[in-house]
Amino acid sequence: MTLAETARAVRAGERSAREIVDEHLALIADRDGALHAFNHVMTDDARAAADEVDRRVAAGDDPGSLAGVGVALKDNMCTRGVPTTCSSRILEHWHPPYDATILSRLAAAGAVMVGKTNLDEFAMGSSTENSAFGPTCNPHDPTRVPGGSSGGSAAAVAAGFVPAAFGSDTGGSIRQPAALCGVVGVKPTYGRVSRYGLVAFASSLDQIGPFAASVEDAALLFEVVAGHDPLDSTSVPEPAPSVVDGLGDGVEGLRVGLTKEFVEGADADVVARVEEAARALEKAGAIVSEASVPAAVYGLSAYYLIAPAEASSNLARYDGVRYGLRVDGDDITDMYTATRAAGFGAEVKRRIMLGTYALSAGYYDAYYGQAQRVRTLIIRDFEAAYADHDLLLGATSPTTAFEIGAKTENPLTMYLSDVFTIPSNLAGHPAISVPYGTGDDGLPVGVQVLAPALAEPLMFRAAAALERSLS
Amino acid sequence: MTTVVDTDWEMVIGLEVHCELSTQTKLFCGCRNAFGDEPNTNVCPVCLGLPGSLPVVNERAVEYAMRIGEALHCTVEPSIFHRKNYFYPDMPKDYQVSQYDMPINARGWLELPDGTRIGITRAHMEEDTGKTSHVGGGGRIHDAGYALVDYNRAGVPLVEIVSDPDIRSAAHAKDYVDELRAILSAIEVSDVKMEEGSLRVDSNVSVRPAGSSEFGTRCEIKNLNSLRSLVHAIEYEARRQIQLLQDGEQVVQETRHWNEEEGRTHSMRSKEEAFDYRYFPEPDLVPVEPSAEWLDRVRASIPVLPAERRAALAAEAGTSSTADVAVVIDRGLDRLVRAAITAGADPERVVTHAVHNLAHETAANLEPEKLASLVKLETDGTLTATQAKKVLAEMLEHGGDPASIAAELGFEAMDQDALMSVVDQLVADNPAEFDRLKSGDQKVMGFFVGQAMKATQGKADGRVVTALLRERASS
Repeated sequence: MTLAETARAVRAGERSAREIVDEHLALIADRDGALHAFNHVMTDDARAAADEVDRRVAAGDDPGSLAGVGVALKDNMCTRGVPTTCSSRILEHWHPPYDATILSRLAAAGAVMVGKTNLDEFAMGSSTENSAFGPTCNPHDPTRVPGGSSGGSAAAVAAGFVPAAFGSDTGGSIRQPAALCGVVGVKPTYGRVSRYGLVAFASSLDQIGPFAASVEDAALLFEVVAGHDPLDSTSVPEPAPSVVDGLGDGVEGLRVGLTKEFVEGADADVVARVEEAARALEKAGAIVSEASVPAAVYGLSAYYLIAPAEASSNLARYDGVRYGLRVDGDDITDMYTATRAAGFGAEVKRRIMLGTYALSAGYYDAYYGQAQRVRTLIIRDFEAAYADHDLLLGATSPTTAFEIGAKTENPLTMYLSDVFTIPSNLAGHPAISVPYGTGDDGLPVGVQVLAPALAEPLMFRAAAALERSLS
Repeated sequence: MTTVVDTDWEMVIGLEVHCELSTQTKLFCGCRNAFGDEPNTNVCPVCLGLPGSLPVVNERAVEYAMRIGEALHCTVEPSIFHRKNYFYPDMPKDYQVSQYDMPINARGWLELPDGTRIGITRAHMEEDTGKTSHVGGGGRIHDAGYALVDYNRAGVPLVEIVSDPDIRSAAHAKDYVDELRAILSAIEVSDVKMEEGSLRVDSNVSVRPAGSSEFGTRCEIKNLNSLRSLVHAIEYEARRQIQLLQDGEQVVQETRHWNEEEGRTHSMRSKEEAFDYRYFPEPDLVPVEPSAEWLDRVRASIPVLPAERRAALAAEAGTSSTADVAVVIDRGLDRLVRAAITAGADPERVVTHAVHNLAHETAANLEPEKLASLVKLETDGTLTATQAKKVLAEMLEHGGDPASIAAELGFEAMDQDALMSVVDQLVADNPAEFDRLKSGDQKVMGFFVGQAMKATQGKADGRVVTALLRERASS
């Protein structure tokens, strides 16, 4: 059943939102002990919200296009009165006094918030192993990671706990776990979805987007949450575009570039799936040719300067003074040190130190400044590629889901998981990961469709065509 | 004008003035911007820096900053915000959103009442911090038991106005701040109250041998809570630096704290201990790029500024002193004074009344024509200065026409003969004092004028009495 069908049934009074949410809660209670997709299940709030939807339907009101749809939110989005931990000890007991914009929009459309999902601490990681509360397992194979950092949201949808979830994507944190869990994951254009209430990791890269079982569901979720928000100065000053309507329009005549830099270095089985996807689009009428974004190969290096630099500043506020964990000390400096030493995990500390160094007097230009120049180069190379192509195609992740613990010893191998997804964040462009078959190990493979800024309608159209080619 | 503390040395002073803008709401959120409210009542997720919150620039604050730029003859430019990173409990995000290498206002100047021009390096926007009170142990930072923080001030819009190192004396530093206050007040962007912290001054001070064109090593002095401390701290600091250099020692570049009770500055932190603020562009905000139309509107809204008003008044005020003209401007009485002069009154007499007998509030309903009539009664000898003052007081209190008030009070000019006989009598009664006057002791003149006033119940014209006595004494 699609989200639209669920919402239609609820709006028509054929199904009750309460019954639907109880099914989600029962599944989670039964199976999430083993997977750990959720940090916090909002049992009472979810039931109350569902009852409210049913009450409105009974009263003749229309609760909206997501009436009764159960949604999971990554635990770095603020939910009033509900723990928002970022999977960090430092925010373990923090209850925000306000709701993120995305939450208000979902609630206004009749969606029912079911819980908060696990992530790599402060969204820093590619496997959800950096959570202070323990890793999340991949529903396709519990010995494997779900990807990350939005691993909990991806796993929750893949396991069928909820039909919809939201994550945040700073360097691939929606698309990579979507690929590893075999679900659809969308990173919209930077600024398309309000960041108000999303706990910042790297502000110039962070973007919220949906996870769903199908492109159509993802498109509907996107339409509900996208659009200008006066509370986010960086949000695109335009209403949300319509994307659902064009899903069936096909790819006839679209110029698709199979991009060298987004397949090179990927495992052979992953490359094979991308090539099959290219052929499928061709068969559907697209004009497929080779494309290149040469500067994309510097993306990873630039990203690991820009993202930590911004993070070092964004995470300064966790100092024990106003909220969150406080470990007392002899004086204020002592208190800061003890609090941050106890509150942050190793990867977060590593990135704060990297970023602090990159911004230091005398190093700024060589590191942060240089990384910003690379960012400009990448944008220029994307522009050149889009002069000849409407869309670009590549792999989402170089590998399928890896074993839990396989990459925790060497952070650099972990960082390489995001090599194909990072360039879109640096450019601010949208991209979507669509499940496309499996690897030699039988685990899901994701194919990535990349589009120019604000070209989500085209991106969703091609993703829908890819999805159809599998059936 | 260049003042030296010591003929061999010259002071070089640059001032950083933080001005809180008097907008209704804060710089990046909708919280009330008010002084003196119950602590932590004007706060929200944004100004508390809660996780996930984002800033949105207050357009009115940008407009106020643009007004400041226009009033200080700066170029108003497209600007961006940066983050200035350092840990402090009263700074909710542990970074301050400020402007760095692309400030909204660059390169301007301000003219002091004596005509000296002080360059303005920049005037940029930033957010204020909260306020920390150290509790226990006498309120000092080091022995306090704990600290309380009020975040009502966090996020209040500030404009930091940085002068060039063009100031050469403590007196000029005071004049600069006075003038700046007058300007900020005239353009209605700030309460400019040093005692409430809506105007805060830090001073960079260095000294150099007189005649040298190179700068010495400077120290930044903080905690200047009044104009008095500004003057004292600069003078103290210059003497300290001169002493060091005369003793063959070096001035260390550092930040120094002014201790009002002890009357001296002491070291806060040296250049080596200075923070590395790790400035980088604030990614949560977009560039501020005021349109040409907006800038035109702001430019058109700037009222005539104190310097121009001073010049206009000086041109009409005859031989009135620069200081008196400045007082008239400060009190906002220039419109009244100039109108009275235009109505035909003697310029110096009008200015004298404004300086000695009028205040901004009391003169609010005084019509310039009536002030002019009063002055005319004075200059034609109908009223003495003392009588005119009384008539004016009555006019301010109850209104009315000066001539009829004078008549009601029984003021009429004494004729010359009557006054002459009063003077003759005084000379006869006070021979010793008259001898001193004859020997050139002018101080005793006041005595005679006073006695003449007493004898005539204030009807005598002091100037006429003086003239008559001079005549007697020199004959």
